[in-house]
Amino acid sequence: MTLDSKIPSGPLAEKWTKHRAELKLVNAANKRKYHVIVVGTGLAGASAAASLGELGYNVTAFCYQDSARRAHSIAAQGGINAAKNYQNDGDSVYRLFYDTIKGGDYRAREGNVYRLAELSNNIIDQSVALGVPFAREYGGYLDNRSFGGAQVSRTFYARGQTGQQLLLGAYSALSHQVGLGQVQMNSRHEMVELVVINGRARGIIARDMVTGELKRFIADAVLLCTGGYGNVYYLSTNAKGCNTTAIWRAHKKGALFANPCYVQIHPTCIPVSGDHQSKLTLMSESLRNDGRVWVPKKAGDNRPAGDIPEEERDYFLERKYPSFGNLVPRDVASRNSKMVCDEGRGVGSSRQAVYLDFRDSINRLGKDKIEERYGNLFQMYEQITAENPYSVPMRIYPAIHYTMGGLWVDYNLMSTIPGLFVLGEANFSDHGANRLGASALMQGLADGYFVIPYTLGGYLASGGIDKTTTEHEAFVEAENSVKSLVDKLLNIKGKESVDYYHKKLGKIMWNKVGMARNENGLKEAIQEIRAVRDEFWQNVKVLGSADELNQSLEKAGRVADFMELAELMTVDALHRKESCGGHFREEYQTEEGEALRDDENYAYVAAWEFAGVGKEPVMHKENLMYENIQLSKRSYK
Amino acid sequence: MGWFIRTFYSSIGKKLIMALTGLFLCSFLSVHLMGNFQLFKNDGGAAFNHYSEFMSTNPLIRILEIGMVIGFALHIFDGIRLWLLNRSARPVGYAKNDAAANSTFFSRTMIYSGGIVFVFLAVHLKSFFVEHRVLGSELTMYQSVVQAFHDPVYSLFYVAALVLLGFHLNHGFQSAFQTLGMNHKKYTPLIKFLGLMFSILIPLGYATMPLYFLLTK
Amino acid sequence: MNLTLHIWRQKDARTKGKFVIYKVENVHEEMSFLEMLDILNEQLIAKNEDPVAFDHDCREGICGCCSLYINGRAHGPKRGITVCQLHMRHFKDGDSIWIEPWRARPFPVLKDLIVDRAPLDRIMQAGGYISARIGSAQDANTILIDHDTAESSMDAAACIGCGACVASCKNASAMLFVAAKVSHLGQLPQGKLEREKRVLAMIAQMDKEGFGGCTNTKACEAECPKEIKITHIARLNREFLRASVV
Repeated sequence: MTLDSKIPSGPLAEKWTKHRAELKLVNAANKRKYHVIVVGTGLAGASAAASLGELGYNVTAFCYQDSARRAHSIAAQGGINAAKNYQNDGDSVYRLFYDTIKGGDYRAREGNVYRLAELSNNIIDQSVALGVPFAREYGGYLDNRSFGGAQVSRTFYARGQTGQQLLLGAYSALSHQVGLGQVQMNSRHEMVELVVINGRARGIIARDMVTGELKRFIADAVLLCTGGYGNVYYLSTNAKGCNTTAIWRAHKKGALFANPCYVQIHPTCIPVSGDHQSKLTLMSESLRNDGRVWVPKKAGDNRPAGDIPEEERDYFLERKYPSFGNLVPRDVASRNSKMVCDEGRGVGSSRQAVYLDFRDSINRLGKDKIEERYGNLFQMYEQITAENPYSVPMRIYPAIHYTMGGLWVDYNLMSTIPGLFVLGEANFSDHGANRLGASALMQGLADGYFVIPYTLGGYLASGGIDKTTTEHEAFVEAENSVKSLVDKLLNIKGKESVDYYHKKLGKIMWNKVGMARNENGLKEAIQEIRAVRDEFWQNVKVLGSADELNQSLEKAGRVADFMELAELMTVDALHRKESCGGHFREEYQTEEGEALRDDENYAYVAAWEFAGVGKEPVMHKENLMYENIQLSKRSYK
Repeated sequence: MGWFIRTFYSSIGKKLIMALTGLFLCSFLSVHLMGNFQLFKNDGGAAFNHYSEFMSTNPLIRILEIGMVIGFALHIFDGIRLWLLNRSARPVGYAKNDAAANSTFFSRTMIYSGGIVFVFLAVHLKSFFVEHRVLGSELTMYQSVVQAFHDPVYSLFYVAALVLLGFHLNHGFQSAFQTLGMNHKKYTPLIKFLGLMFSILIPLGYATMPLYFLLTK
Repeated sequence: MNLTLHIWRQKDARTKGKFVIYKVENVHEEMSFLEMLDILNEQLIAKNEDPVAFDHDCREGICGCCSLYINGRAHGPKRGITVCQLHMRHFKDGDSIWIEPWRARPFPVLKDLIVDRAPLDRIMQAGGYISARIGSAQDANTILIDHDTAESSMDAAACIGCGACVASCKNASAMLFVAAKVSHLGQLPQGKLEREKRVLAMIAQMDKEGFGGCTNTKACEAECPKEIKITHIARLNREFLRASVV
């Protein structure tokens, strides 16, 4: 299989315009003859379903939550980037493109990222038109803040709830289309299988999570907008329900999975408090605008933060990276926090935390200003830890946050299965090996509002989609395979719960395929993952039946998929003998402990083909061509 | 006309009727109280009798009286209708419900305080309106008042009902402004203060009458 | 700490439910309330009993999934938070805790503590949007919005659609939910053009779903995890009046 990224030829800045002009169109009157399935209603899914419904397509959308508005995009706090240059500080589409490529450690496609930067401005315009109440200055103009990995202020925000507001904007547009009958919304439905007919994605099997009924849905194209797979680690900042099932089952049906080992570890999360912990809570990166990260200079310093004098504090990010300071990209900040904790300089009872201190900002700007900027985040922190961050510094530690890897897609966002499109975090396309803060929202909405409406039309108009029905044997077979999987899970009747195995898998992944990886650890991890997986299939206990609301069964299906994905992530991490972005191999680092890339041998996308559970997957390479950017060592010093 | 029916048939429309009639009835309470203060004039009831004569014969007052009856009827009818509607919105209740943690006692008991005020109203109308205007009593209005309030049970019933009227007004007065869409950071504290005063002073003013006649005459 | 839980158990929408008493032991004060329920569920699974079903997802107070009525209060005893943000340090050893689903006619119980909140979505579908064709928007800074209006709109827009207002209102009224959206969009210049249509459509749908009316008890305001104020309900009333009469 050769991977054709379909990046249009021509100058970088004209690629998307040219491509749009060349894409085939579906006549307005013909659009209603096409059916499109959209799985997931986060930023990507809701914006795609709304846009396509508005264009006149017949859209059927799905989400596993009780309402489309609850998708986990809602939890994004800090903001969304756009190259508006409202601050007059030198920003431009090119600079956003450059920062994103560099932030991704030169492992993303130039063409995709440029398009993303180009569309970023339209997203802000569209979101404002839909009523997103972004922060405003007193003159009524939009306000900006700074985020990691950039030296300009280009992040638009709505308090600490930017994701929520952008999602509610897309959700309102989606609701409008549902009200008009253009979109059929199926909440509490989980996609459990992809149906492929004559090599094209033609539908899905979805489980009605209230009745347990398996339903067949047919369409001319299927869009997966199902988010990332960070929950493979059990503890992450993802919502409890986030899962890989949709993309993993599509992968098993032939869609290649690209760069699975690229996982983002967010530096500012509330540390783990004990074994009972069910998820980790993020504190927005925006806090690093005004908070200073530090640990005591000497290891094992037990004094309370307030008793440690200035000269005995190590503001390690400011010290090591003077030009970006506390606003270095996430991978750099996370790795450095881990390093100081490994040196025994961590703080708090677990010693697995560093301070994020607002003392100086409060002194400089006043408590009111800090409260206006971060009030809800401070409250959230206090709820969880019972500590008041206005008077004692926050304790933070890195946590799994985002997955840059995902299903491989071309420039049109189409996977290797024709008719199967993948949008947002579920695809691999735009963030390379590390995502910059405030860029996930940008990508989700760019894909849904402004890319898919064009590229889907191009696919549909190219023809070749046969007439078929849900009685087709592929549907029958897909449904039967789901049935037998469900029966199998229910009939193991073992001793341990699903969560028990999920936690076990998560520990292996965090310890060996986490923030720092090495060959031995990864090799061990593969064996351990296989062992846990085997045990899971012999000893998991799923109570209840298939034809009812059964949360254990839902979890079991998702964890079963994580068990397989985990191995692929590890294989990918093992094969990539370099450090880049979120993928840090201990063997490949500079003397100062910075990531050491190997552009000569690894400047490619590793897209994996499924070969069977426990079998070595087949790798396909897409070489990354840099025509406009000079690959260089990524420095934030 | 469609819009009119649609408006007042909606849940907010029904509330608007409650608010408008409620405030209208508040104005009635004030006027009625002012007039009744003539009872305290030490002239053997001459001024009061003159006043009640005027109130029952003046054509303008008679017209306003019809408005008042309609106001009462709408307020009561709509109140009951809303109460039934609101009750039906929660067919299965909570086993444990700590309503005191989130709302005032007065606000949750409007139907009960209103119900008792309604009983009071019926008794009150029977004693004074029906006796004089329908049956044509021998006594002057002043004599009726003196006679009625001599009965301690009757007087204390009045006082008790007036306390409940106070409860009703305590929530009702400021609630009406909220329903009419008036909630403003500058003026709402004033409305709340006025509501509180109204809910204390009006019932207190009325209560002085039975107590005065019970204790002094 | 050790706790006694009285939990509403109901197999499905058609079956009658009842309270069942459970004991949970070794609850730590750093646990969240939902983590305490996780532990209960692990204990139940170990005993081959059906775990308690409850809605939850983000566990950081923003998705609006979690929806428990705890000891007579929506989202439990603390103000301004959702259940997932409630920590066990607010309870003490030996406490009895009553856990019930949201109760309202439009929110039928699907299982145990899970209710169907689809009516809230349908209200949004009726009018909770600004019609802005995707791709047609002009530059964002051409719409000027003064700081205070943007902030006030944002106050309302913070609604997470959890339904605590409905659950805690003695009338099971959805007025605060509707008010939040009407106030969020109606204050913004770009949302003013459709304001009449929006408020009438949303109120009509709200009434159709069978929610009760507002009697201004302010229970919703007190229990809203995002502390949305009833001044927004006053604005809703105003918008309704304006749309109906003017």
